[in-house]
Amino acid sequence: MKKYTDQGSKDTRSGFGAGLSELGKTNENVVALCADLTGSLKMGDFKKAHPDRFFQVGIAEANMMGIAAGMTVGGKIPFTGTFANFSTGRVYDQIRQSIAYSDKNVKICASHAGLTLGEDGATHQILEDIGLMKMLPGMTVINPCDYNQTKAATIAIAEHHGPVYLRFGRPKVANFTPEDQKFEIGKAVMLNEGTDVTIIATGHLVWKAIEAGEALAEQNISAEIINIHTIKPLDDEAILKSVAKTGCVVTAEEHQMNGGLGDSVSNLLAREMPTPQEYVAVNDSFGESGKPEDLMVKYGLSTQNIVEAAKKAMGRK
Amino acid sequence: MADIQELEKIASQVRRDIVRMVHAVQSGHPGGSLGCTEFLTALYFDILKHNSKSFDMDAKGEDVFFLSNGHISPVFYSVLSRSGYFDVDELNTFRKINSRLQGHPTTHEGLEGVRIASGSLGQGMSVAIGAALTKKMNGEDTTVYTLHGDGELQEGQIWEAALYAPANKVDNLICTIDANGQQIDGSTDDVLSMGSIADKFKAFGWEVMTIEKGNDMKSVVDGLKHAKSLTGKGKPVCVVMHTEMGYGVDFMQGTHEWHGIAPSDDQLAAALSQLEETLGDY
Repeated sequence: MKKYTDQGSKDTRSGFGAGLSELGKTNENVVALCADLTGSLKMGDFKKAHPDRFFQVGIAEANMMGIAAGMTVGGKIPFTGTFANFSTGRVYDQIRQSIAYSDKNVKICASHAGLTLGEDGATHQILEDIGLMKMLPGMTVINPCDYNQTKAATIAIAEHHGPVYLRFGRPKVANFTPEDQKFEIGKAVMLNEGTDVTIIATGHLVWKAIEAGEALAEQNISAEIINIHTIKPLDDEAILKSVAKTGCVVTAEEHQMNGGLGDSVSNLLAREMPTPQEYVAVNDSFGESGKPEDLMVKYGLSTQNIVEAAKKAMGRK
Repeated sequence: MADIQELEKIASQVRRDIVRMVHAVQSGHPGGSLGCTEFLTALYFDILKHNSKSFDMDAKGEDVFFLSNGHISPVFYSVLSRSGYFDVDELNTFRKINSRLQGHPTTHEGLEGVRIASGSLGQGMSVAIGAALTKKMNGEDTTVYTLHGDGELQEGQIWEAALYAPANKVDNLICTIDANGQQIDGSTDDVLSMGSIADKFKAFGWEVMTIEKGNDMKSVVDGLKHAKSLTGKGKPVCVVMHTEMGYGVDFMQGTHEWHGIAPSDDQLAAALSQLEETLGDY
């Protein structure tokens, strides 16, 4: 079993900021828009280095999405930045018509996704955004797991032509992805091979899945751990190959059970390879104020929840 | 530069296209289309710097127009085809299955001349601001135009955009409001009175001008040329253009009743008898 080491916890949003700064130097067509959250989105370095390519739109997210769509006419690659809630639910129709249906090359970059936004509470803790975005035809949906992967994903999506939803978060989490690992959109990352159960995780739940794998190993259970950073398009082949070997699966995500990664996996398995599946996800509920780690425990998104789900899935084989 | 009589002839054919398209599928929006016929004809046959023969999404070095009130697609499609973006025979496919001429305009089917989907109202001004900013970044001396319904101004996103453009000196932008005073449920005053549209845009910091006779070709051409002369001076330009819904067909004129319904066979014949066939029907 491969051992992963936290190289020093960092927030994924800082990975986005670092990636955007690098793009500023390497791709002159990249422009950035922000709706009054420059500091929270870590877009300050880009703004400072490229003031002529940074657009402060104020607290007007609908207008921001429209401006971004229009900027693509003439070859710019706009990156929009605001919280996940205001990047999706608030502006769904603008994204649907002006970006997705209009085939515009806009990168919707969303921070503070999920429960780990913490104390601000349920108004800001969107848990439906993956579902909203993956339902749009042509939309790519990416939820990287740590600082290094978020930075790499930010750089990679500039090279991909088409609308992308890039989801990341607020808290510091373990940073373990190798700094030089290439980010391939739509390609699962095999973290640990195993034979008894497949654990498929995305975003902040990936590190917890690694921890769960270690805990299961101590109980002589061999878990295969897969990082699905791209929810759409889903890496069907990697998932089917793993599940064919283990015969059961756990999906783990900081999102509603309805519409999330687990839904995408069960959809695939129902069509191709019906398999017992357990979900680690928020079960049809809004979040609430609290410390991120306390919320993850209360809403069933802890390492222990993944361990229990793995055993339950194995019991259903 | 086209002369006014030539433009009026084109407009007459465009109006024939509109009523024939809507009649053929018994659906679509003739009222607003007929009301904006002078505007779109003047724009595409006289005002715009554009290349209709080799459409390119990026429109580098070209003026760009975005139709924000996408339901008046019949006039847009007719003018696009008549100005050379695609074959006029394709107007036969309007709103039919497998057509590029969707009920509301879209880029999704690859129709030349369309650069954004519209239909869900209130989004075109933001898109136009984005395109105008890109043109500035690319160092172009070109202009971005939009058309909006007056009822469409009830959408909140319009006012987000209206606030942004003057604050950021987007002065290569001309937004025209089709002030026909009508919307689906009745007059705009009855449904949700907006007071003075011109005063609102002035208060937001726009350069505002009026075209009083939006169905008089010379007034529209002169007005759009004046609007162009106001660009490049630090402010976006808003043109409040007064039109009559249904203009050119007497029984459709000046009422919201023909916003979104199609003429019968007899009504089509009556409409066509009022509109000279100048360029040949499709």
